[in-house]
Amino acid sequence: MSDLLPYPPLDPTTYDLIIVGTGVPSSILAAGASSSGSSVLHLDPNPFYGSHFASLSLPDLTSFLNSNSLSPPPSNTHDFLSVDLVNRSLYSSVEISTFEPETLEQHSRTFNIDLCGPRAVFCADESINLMLKSGSNSYVEFKSVDASFVGDSSGELRNVPDSRGAIFKDKGLTLLEKNQLMKFFKLVQTHLASSSTEHDETAVKVMSEEDMESPFVEFLSKMRLPQKIKSIILYGIAMLDHDQDNTEETCEHVLKTKEGIDRLALYITSISRFSNAHGALMYPMYGQGELPQAFCRRAAVKGCVYVLRMPVTALLLDKASVRLASGQEIFSQKLVMDPCVNIGLESLSSLTDQQKETLRVLVPKETSSKEKIARGICIIRGSVKAEISNALVVFPPKSLFPEQLTAVRVLQLGSGLAVCPPDMHALYLSTVCGDDNQGKTAVLSAISTLIRPQVPEDLQTDSIAENDTAVTKPVVIWRALYVQELVKGEFGGEISSTSSPDGNLNYNEIVESAMKLYEQLMGNKELFKEETENTAEEDDGDGVEIED
Amino acid sequence: MHGRPRKAYKPEEEAASAAKAAKLRGLQSQFMANHHNKIYTKEAVDLSTKLLEINPEAYTAWNYRKLAVEDKLSGIESDPDLVKTILDEELRVVESALKQNFKSYGAWHHRKWVLSKGNSSVGNELRLLDNFQKLDTRNFHAWNYRRFVVELTKRSEQDELEYTDDMIGSDFSNYSAWHNRSVLLSSLLARKADGFLPNKKIPDEYKLVQNAIFTDEDDQSGWFYHLWLLDQTVNVETPLLTSSWPSHSSRISLYAGCSKGSFSKLTTFGSESGSFPLVLYFDQAVGGVSSSTVTIDSELKGNEDLVWEPVSKKNSQVSCVWVARLKYISSEPCFGKEYKVKVRVGNSPGIVSSRGCNFSASYEFVFTAHVHDTVEESSQDGIVSWKDGFDIWDAESKDLNALATLDRSNAQMDSKWRQEAIAEEIDLFRELPDSKIGKLTLARLLMAKAMISDDAVKGVHYNEILELYKDLMALDSSHYQYYKDEHSVALLRKVTSSTEDLSGHLFRCRNMNNSVCLRLNNLSLSRIASVEKLLFVQMLDLSHNELHSTEGLEAMQLLSCLNLSHNRIRSFSSLDSLRHLKQLRVLDVSHNHIGEHSVDTTRYLCSSPLSNSEWPQDEVGSQMPSLVTKYWDAYFVLRDLNLKQLDITGNVIAGDEFSSFVLQVAPKLVWLDGKKLEI
Repeated sequence: MSDLLPYPPLDPTTYDLIIVGTGVPSSILAAGASSSGSSVLHLDPNPFYGSHFASLSLPDLTSFLNSNSLSPPPSNTHDFLSVDLVNRSLYSSVEISTFEPETLEQHSRTFNIDLCGPRAVFCADESINLMLKSGSNSYVEFKSVDASFVGDSSGELRNVPDSRGAIFKDKGLTLLEKNQLMKFFKLVQTHLASSSTEHDETAVKVMSEEDMESPFVEFLSKMRLPQKIKSIILYGIAMLDHDQDNTEETCEHVLKTKEGIDRLALYITSISRFSNAHGALMYPMYGQGELPQAFCRRAAVKGCVYVLRMPVTALLLDKASVRLASGQEIFSQKLVMDPCVNIGLESLSSLTDQQKETLRVLVPKETSSKEKIARGICIIRGSVKAEISNALVVFPPKSLFPEQLTAVRVLQLGSGLAVCPPDMHALYLSTVCGDDNQGKTAVLSAISTLIRPQVPEDLQTDSIAENDTAVTKPVVIWRALYVQELVKGEFGGEISSTSSPDGNLNYNEIVESAMKLYEQLMGNKELFKEETENTAEEDDGDGVEIED
Repeated sequence: MHGRPRKAYKPEEEAASAAKAAKLRGLQSQFMANHHNKIYTKEAVDLSTKLLEINPEAYTAWNYRKLAVEDKLSGIESDPDLVKTILDEELRVVESALKQNFKSYGAWHHRKWVLSKGNSSVGNELRLLDNFQKLDTRNFHAWNYRRFVVELTKRSEQDELEYTDDMIGSDFSNYSAWHNRSVLLSSLLARKADGFLPNKKIPDEYKLVQNAIFTDEDDQSGWFYHLWLLDQTVNVETPLLTSSWPSHSSRISLYAGCSKGSFSKLTTFGSESGSFPLVLYFDQAVGGVSSSTVTIDSELKGNEDLVWEPVSKKNSQVSCVWVARLKYISSEPCFGKEYKVKVRVGNSPGIVSSRGCNFSASYEFVFTAHVHDTVEESSQDGIVSWKDGFDIWDAESKDLNALATLDRSNAQMDSKWRQEAIAEEIDLFRELPDSKIGKLTLARLLMAKAMISDDAVKGVHYNEILELYKDLMALDSSHYQYYKDEHSVALLRKVTSSTEDLSGHLFRCRNMNNSVCLRLNNLSLSRIASVEKLLFVQMLDLSHNELHSTEGLEAMQLLSCLNLSHNRIRSFSSLDSLRHLKQLRVLDVSHNHIGEHSVDTTRYLCSSPLSNSEWPQDEVGSQMPSLVTKYWDAYFVLRDLNLKQLDITGNVIAGDEFSSFVLQVAPKLVWLDGKKLEI
């Protein structure tokens, strides 16, 4: 793309599929469709790849969070079949504070900060499978997340004993707890082994059908696991958001044993998947934004056409085409939109019911989802845990304060991942919340537990010496707090939409919905089928490139 | 590598391997030609390199290379650079051979040989080892070689201990690492290195191994290490005197002649030879017991240069039990007098355990010998019956206290930390939910505790131990015999743990002039133990048990009557230990399995009469060589005994032929199988 000519005309002008937005699900679709031979035009109104999944410099991140709309003014040509599109921000309550502007200025180019953090992938994740299948793994390099912890309001971080070796080395568990936890892991492993080898009745039923349907938390109690270990399993390994103990209040969020075991299985298989990775989790070098880019590159190799900085301004309903910001009209029977694109209010009023039906995924809805995600980003000097750079910290429900409803997850990443300068760490926090205040309170509470309280400017110099000896907690240099709306992707025939980042640590739900959407769009074709046949074998051999 | 199933070869693989074999054969014959003709040219050596890189197990090729290296070195000894080049090449070949097969003995040995020539960088060796030990953490070749390199380079044991920390940390199933840890710690503790005091270090080690055991109780490595630790906790390196006969401050009555004693006192002893045994029982096998290391201070004449004999297998100079015979009838009669005998063990250094530790603290004990002048002439030819005529022993326990040192005096042992460590372990393992190894360890711990704690609680422990072994016998039939043996040991410890317990098994034998009999019959014992507390016993009933051997009884030097009927003795070799019992006159081995097994492995394990130079000169041996050859195991046992009464009915071996043989070998026999012999 040339910067000199902002809007060069596109050629060809007709595609099988137009995708707007380069987030993870959009990029998977683009890579999948191009690989299966469809012609795809992949557009993004932003000057970078990744949309809401991007990794950005601090100024870019700030302006992205603050911008309410990227859409250009509606086109003047008001033919009645054209529908104007507007970009709506997914973010609210954005609050950005800079505590050491000079430090940031010095290192302005060395930050790659995720919009959708905290996010990491399990080695056995569906997203990794998909990368291997599509061949996009060669564009990304992963590194292991060194450790995971469970925290509480006291600020003490306890190791998550997630493997035989970790249980052995753990200093916080009593010997009997170690025994119980290991027994439980073994039971799960035997269950998995027996269910994976044989499906008929001859296989030894390690866990009964009844158990599998019962709430996971009850099953854990039945296994006589103490509260401390239950909490580690539920929030530190199964990565649940909602409090499982008060099941009456939040019965929609109660996890069944079957699902709980699946989550443990993902964790256990992740630990042993790649010999050069230690632990279950890993993180891509240069930030999460590398993931959508890797799929986009794969798509580009397969012939997908990419145009950034190119918003779609209008849909031309009668012609089955879209009008780009450049004014050019591009034709396609199928259109997949970014979750933040809506029909402009002016256009909406003039639509017929039938047109509304066609465009239903783009019609702004009354807060479609009750839940939002409060996110926080801190650039800190120092580390939340001595001698550990990349770590996950989970604060289970009620661990920070009695009213805390959902788990707060914190991911600290260091310069080894090329996301921030040396001596600093990027700290991501998130929690699922019902409203902005509730979410922000929880995130701030986690921040204050992990990070040294901010001293007023004038006192700072005097107290530094005292602080350095007394507290080893890290200092915050820059902080962002924001609440993100959750938008689910939708298949709408000619016009569909993809999902916004969700509240999970990994991409599994996003990948699943993208795969489903792909099947619906492409008529039940399997995603990356051809690649599977060609490259699966060699990929299995060396796996995702991970350095230790 | 561990846990990798062997796969069957596919046809193409088989073809490839056949081709490889053909190539290898070619190389091999060429190489052998070079070797025989002592050709050490570059081409010839390169050929051996090729051979070894394909097959590192070709040991001859390694030896050939050694010769070649020596040959080369002899030419250029003065130039260190050249020497280094030659040796580096050897190291390189070994490394590539090891990459082919890192379990090749020849390759590792060759590397050791090269290193012994000097010129190697320690860093390189440790780096190489790290690689191999990462590849297979339990590769014992690498661990062996590691110990070699460590010794060669004087790397500190503390550093090596840290290395085992790392290895265990990364995988606590690494038995090799645990083993190396025990080796290093033994050495550090033995030389009391800084910070390696047993009372500090051993409890720390317990904590480490507890983590391994509790995390995964199905993993053996930790259990092995725990067993080693327990051994370190219970056993003291320096040998101790456990008991003696006569015991400290006891009074013994001695009679001339062959009286079996018509006296109620247990401490009565009579002998034709006019001497009585002085028995020392140590907690571990020691050597060097002699008249210079053990001094006797007594008015009994003629005991100045006592001969101390180890009571053990022939030719062994170490034993737990040592015996000397003190004369009490000397040339000038001294009847009716009391003599104080003072025995000082370890007076001068020289008593050394088989592990090389000195009996350090000298120990003194005193007893009184009352020599009587009356000679009780009893019906010495009467038959001894085990069936009836036994009265319950009603003596006061005070009497018994004087008999034997029933409690091991561990005053010199720093036992406090040991007791604490074991008590802590017991509490912990009581919590470990049922598992075989958990039960076994608990039983071992309780046994250890019983051994080093006060008597008051012992009974309770023994009952729990017995229950645990009973459970184990039911749970784990494949190790039944082991549990059975341990059960027997615990039972005997219980019986001998207190005077109350012991007196329940003591009886007075009317037919034997009211002499005291210890009856341990019908207890399903499969092993003998606690003999150190039974040194005083003269009449012992072990009938109706499950004994396979009399091992252990050799310490009971006063034993004159022994009932082993209805046991599982399979051969006379199993009775071998009885040869040491010079006082034994009555032996009942009826209803056993002697002669039942046509192939008796113990007969093969024992030295054959053909290799024994003594027997042909023997009178009986020369008279009936064929029978001696046939019954040689019986011959050796019976020949050394001085039996008056023998019962062997109910054994396959019994019969006219054997009876006639017995009469020849045991000429003093009066009763055979309950029948009086006509002399």
